[in-house]
Amino acid sequence: MSRIEVLEDRCKGCLLCTTVCPVQIIVQSQRFNQNGYKVAEVPEEEKEKCTGCASCALICPDLAIRVYRTPKAKKGED
Amino acid sequence: MSELQEKLVFDRPESVIDRPTHYCPGCHHGVAHRLVGELLDEMKLREESILIGSIGCSVFLYNYLDIDAVEAPHGRAPAVGTGVKRARPDKFVLTYQGDGDLASIGMAEIMHAANRGERICVVFVNNTVYGMTGGQMAPTTLVGQRTTTCPGGRCRDKEGLPIKMTEIISQLGGVAFAGRASLDSVKNIRTAKKYLRKAFECQVQDRGFGFVELLSACPTNWKMPPVKANERIREEMIPYFPLGVYKDVTEEGGAC
Ligand SMILES: Cc1ncc(C[n+]2csc(CCOP(=O)(O)OP(=O)(O)O)c2C)c(N)n1
Ligand code: SF4
Ligand code: SF4
Ligand code: SF4
Ligand SMILES: [Mg+2]
Repeated sequence: MSRIEVLEDRCKGCLLCTTVCPVQIIVQSQRFNQNGYKVAEVPEEEKEKCTGCASCALICPDLAIRVYRTPKAKKGED
Repeated sequence: MSELQEKLVFDRPESVIDRPTHYCPGCHHGVAHRLVGELLDEMKLREESILIGSIGCSVFLYNYLDIDAVEAPHGRAPAVGTGVKRARPDKFVLTYQGDGDLASIGMAEIMHAANRGERICVVFVNNTVYGMTGGQMAPTTLVGQRTTTCPGGRCRDKEGLPIKMTEIISQLGGVAFAGRASLDSVKNIRTAKKYLRKAFECQVQDRGFGFVELLSACPTNWKMPPVKANERIREEMIPYFPLGVYKDVTEEGGAC
């Protein structure tokens, strides 16, 4: 499982991240931050699709995205 | 034990200070800063570096990179960098300059510093406009591009063709590495970092002058939303300013 964290106080709503996500899960939310920018988000129901590729974080000009990956379990049901 | 530890795989490099920037949404200065910061971390240069800041929107770079810095007068960063490097040859010296700064008022300084082969690195952010002062024409403004000082669009006959700095710099004897990359896509950003690393290594290995041009967006003065501005880089800038390595003495195996 991978996920991103959008640092909402740093996001400037430029939407560049939305153009590079291979699974197209990043969208503009309806929330404004303190600077008046409508921040990017991954809607709850889309979260599990994140591949952890970090493309969004690479293109973000404001270091507003952190990317987390959880290594796949080797054992277990597969 | 089925619960595996989640790993943070992308975060702010230590060399970039944790504070919001004054840049407009979608401005590529932020991307350029991050790439420099990542390399300073990865090459362990943070404590060894002296930044020469320039005049333009990136004038406050010393607030964003956690390294020692000197602020140069407009266009003079390569001259200041020359002095700093000669006084402190043990330090890693980089300048960070816009296209108005480097290719207009600072044309003499950049040419001669490159020709002398000063052991400095130049990060050249080309956004085809004077960003800070409100969007005047730069030497790099594309033909037909409208700015406040060429409202009808840059005219080849009156203003000449946009200057291709990387091509010119790569012809000079003291240059160890010269390349042009772009910050418009994930792939191009990765290449930009490779070029910056090469230029940085050329200084660390005492091979000569390092120069990297980064095609960058200024959505505000281009009067475009950031996503459109990125498309403009792809559709208009890259065809005129071709990407690639123009000089690399490490490939030729020679010094300069
Ligand atoms: C000697 C001098 N002349 C003119 C100016 C005004 N000035 C400030 S920034 C700038 C141009 C900056 O453009 P660029 O280098 O392309 O940087 P950008 O803002 O686009 O990143 C100019 C002409 C100045 N500060 N000093
Ligand atoms: S890490 Fe990759 S998959 Fe996940 S949100 Fe960012 S771009 Fe999309
Ligand atoms: S690229 Fe960064 S600043 Fe722009 S919308 Fe996405 S998270 Fe926000
Ligand atoms: S004016 Fe242009 S270069 Fe300056 S901060 Fe805004 S987008 Fe960036
Ligand atoms: Mg400029």
